[in-house]
Amino acid sequence: MRGLPKLAAVEAKLFLREGTTLVVGLALPIVLLVVFGSVPAMRQALPELGGSRIIDVYAPILVGLAVASLSLTVLPTGLATYRDKGVLRRLATTPVGPGSLLGAQLVVNLVATLLVVALLVGVAAIAFGVLPPRQVIGFALTLVLLVGSMFGVGLVIAAVAPTGRAANGIGMLCYFPMLFVAGLWTPGSTPDVVARIGEFTPLGAGVDALHSTWAGAWPAPLPLLVMAAYAVGLGVLAARLFRWE
Amino acid sequence: MSTAAAQAGGKGGDMPVIEIENLHKRYGRHVAVHDVSFTVERGEIFGILGPNGAGKTTTVECAQGLRTRDGGTVRVLGSDPATDRLAVRRKVGVQLQETQLPDRMRVAEALDLYSSFYPDPADWRTLLAELGLADKADTPFKKLSGGQKQRLSVALALVGNPEIAILDELTTGMDPQARRDTWQLVEDIRARGVTVLLVTHFMEEAERLCDRLALIDAGRVVAVGTPAGLVAEVDAEQRVRFRPSAPLDDRLLTGLPEVTGVTRTGNQVLVTGTGNLLHALTSALAAQRITAVDLRVEQASLEDAFVALTGRHPDRSHRPDRADPTSAAAQRARQ
Repeated sequence: MRGLPKLAAVEAKLFLREGTTLVVGLALPIVLLVVFGSVPAMRQALPELGGSRIIDVYAPILVGLAVASLSLTVLPTGLATYRDKGVLRRLATTPVGPGSLLGAQLVVNLVATLLVVALLVGVAAIAFGVLPPRQVIGFALTLVLLVGSMFGVGLVIAAVAPTGRAANGIGMLCYFPMLFVAGLWTPGSTPDVVARIGEFTPLGAGVDALHSTWAGAWPAPLPLLVMAAYAVGLGVLAARLFRWE
Repeated sequence: MSTAAAQAGGKGGDMPVIEIENLHKRYGRHVAVHDVSFTVERGEIFGILGPNGAGKTTTVECAQGLRTRDGGTVRVLGSDPATDRLAVRRKVGVQLQETQLPDRMRVAEALDLYSSFYPDPADWRTLLAELGLADKADTPFKKLSGGQKQRLSVALALVGNPEIAILDELTTGMDPQARRDTWQLVEDIRARGVTVLLVTHFMEEAERLCDRLALIDAGRVVAVGTPAGLVAEVDAEQRVRFRPSAPLDDRLLTGLPEVTGVTRTGNQVLVTGTGNLLHALTSALAAQRITAVDLRVEQASLEDAFVALTGRHPDRSHRPDRADPTSAAAQRARQ
């Protein structure tokens, strides 16, 4: 794709100039980690968690939150705004075409996601003694599938939302329920029914699989399959539904 | 005006740069373009003129390859935009109606980015200066005025060193001064050797700028020709209006072979006629030692031609102001 590197560089600059994007996409997961980690009760080993601390349970959930923030708010809002404002249409008249901009957006959001995840894992380990995931390959595979499935959700939202504002609204509508079933508000004590539903959402499955890799185990097949199914299904759906103008 | 086209024809011989034949395009059941044919020669400013909803934008979108036509043939610089998109996009610069850039993208960034899309781009810094945007290089798109956004849009259309520039409703929403500046800009583009395809619904703009134009109404070409030619087609009659300095007998005027009619309104006389009407009239008056005060020659405008050719009036909601005293349309409007 001609023009992609330069487009990605410009998109990265625009990403960094957008205050909301920085707060929601980059700062929020780290700030939450620091806030939770600073509460002494969060750092006490609990017998009902098998000797783990709440902060240990939180680390994978915050990785999920980081992925969700970028894929459900920043990515769809940006793309829908570009279509709504005619930015994609304008590019369609140049030799590079609008597909390059879609590619650049994906690259920028992917790099941002990886950056936040690396920061989360690093800060959790250094500041709060949460040891990094021991099943490294399983962690990497889970992250790939999680990002793939969640970006799939974001792209479908971008495909169906007529405006950037609408995309943001739909994104929020997915964001909070997904975080709820993934256990953000009930770390280590999620009701069974909720956890059961969560297993079949990309975010819940992802957090579940990440948890295993932190504990040094290979993720169970179900969450991996769930995420892979979402990634492929939503990817195809987004490609079918996406309109350039 | 036709010589300008011939002079600029150095690059590719005499072949038309755009050939459109029997173009047909519909959206579902709605037919946007019935049957449109015209050719654009190298180096000319060719206008597509018509009321809103006539099918002008759809026509140029088919020429750009932004839309797939349902019938007819389109050749742009020898390529079919539907099948050979890349070749067309490299050589055709486009200014779209209502296009925006990301709010926070700066002027220089946009030009630098767009120039990287083309194999042989223009120097965007020079372009920036030529379009009067040099001091706006670091300004975000959101902070530009409407006119500055339009000029940036033109700069982006030219940054790839195109052979053809397609300008769609370039001056819509501009104030009169900005509109006149933009007209100069369009002439400057042509002076660079770029063929201009100008889409507009402003009669005055088409009359002032275009070497030739296609009049489009309800998806069909009504007429193709030079603005003067189209006007002449529908109006062979001239009108001279004046106030005689002394009492004047109508028979003195009706006796002249050039005069076809004399009408009086108050102390004003309106003489209609053909041929060298003005000369005949002033000679006859001079012989009687009568001076024609407030003498005004009224000619038909493109707007009159449009009304005569389509049988209805063009969109009146977006008319440009008529303050330019040199324009025929302005004179016509005051009557």
